[in-house]
Amino acid sequence: MESKFYEKDKLLVFKITDEIDDYSVQKIRRRADYEMERYMPKKVIFDFNSVTFMDSAGIGMVIGRYKFANIIGAKFGVANLTQSVKKIFEMSGILKLIPDSTEEMQVS
Amino acid sequence: MNDNFENEMKLEFISKATNEAFARITVAAFVSQLDLNIEELADIKTAVSEAVTNCIIHGYENKQGIVKIVGKIKQNEIILEISDTGKGIENIDMAKEPLYTTKPNLERSGMGFTIMESFMDNVKVESIVDLGTKVTMTKKIKPKIEEEKQEFQLITED
Repeated sequence: MESKFYEKDKLLVFKITDEIDDYSVQKIRRRADYEMERYMPKKVIFDFNSVTFMDSAGIGMVIGRYKFANIIGAKFGVANLTQSVKKIFEMSGILKLIPDSTEEMQVS
Repeated sequence: MNDNFENEMKLEFISKATNEAFARITVAAFVSQLDLNIEELADIKTAVSEAVTNCIIHGYENKQGIVKIVGKIKQNEIILEISDTGKGIENIDMAKEPLYTTKPNLERSGMGFTIMESFMDNVKVESIVDLGTKVTMTKKIKPKIEEEKQEFQLITED
């Protein structure tokens, strides 16, 4: 996973580069929570552009980070959902709660 | 070996989370002898990942055990049996409910069986408490030659 903090907009972007399963989410979770606490962003976006595989562990991971962002007072969004990632998120209904922030990312 | 099946394989590995990727990639390689499209292959990989994760997290609760996968191909049908000899499921109907999980503290979504059921044609769960669980999933693969023909027709009609 790669991350970038845009100081001007207080935007923290996580670009996930691993396959997302029960094993890899443990690393993603630890690093994302650490960086959110460190930068205290106003907005957090998870970029799925490079994700080649995701199972239901991705749902729990995203809900968990969404809750964590709420705690630190940051907005939360997802971006560049691939077809297979979208299929799994839609099944869980979390896209009703979490906005697609792809356009906001291109501005930055 | 059962003669009714054109091909069959068995895979056994230790219940480590690192083996989830190994399991789905190996099964993907096995089923790729059928003519699958990208979506069908992704569906199978996801269903395998869910079943194997269940064995590791719920069946063995991260203690060491053996996860077993039997894969069969019969004409255009894929049959996958994924089993553990772990703690078993007390209430299968409840476990299959979307969003139901016994481990919300681990950020589990409770969507595992729902995903297996929607990505495969049929999912059967057999479980005995303290003896283990076996999930049998099947998926029929649509012949691709017909699809190509239809596309060809569309092009020529233009």
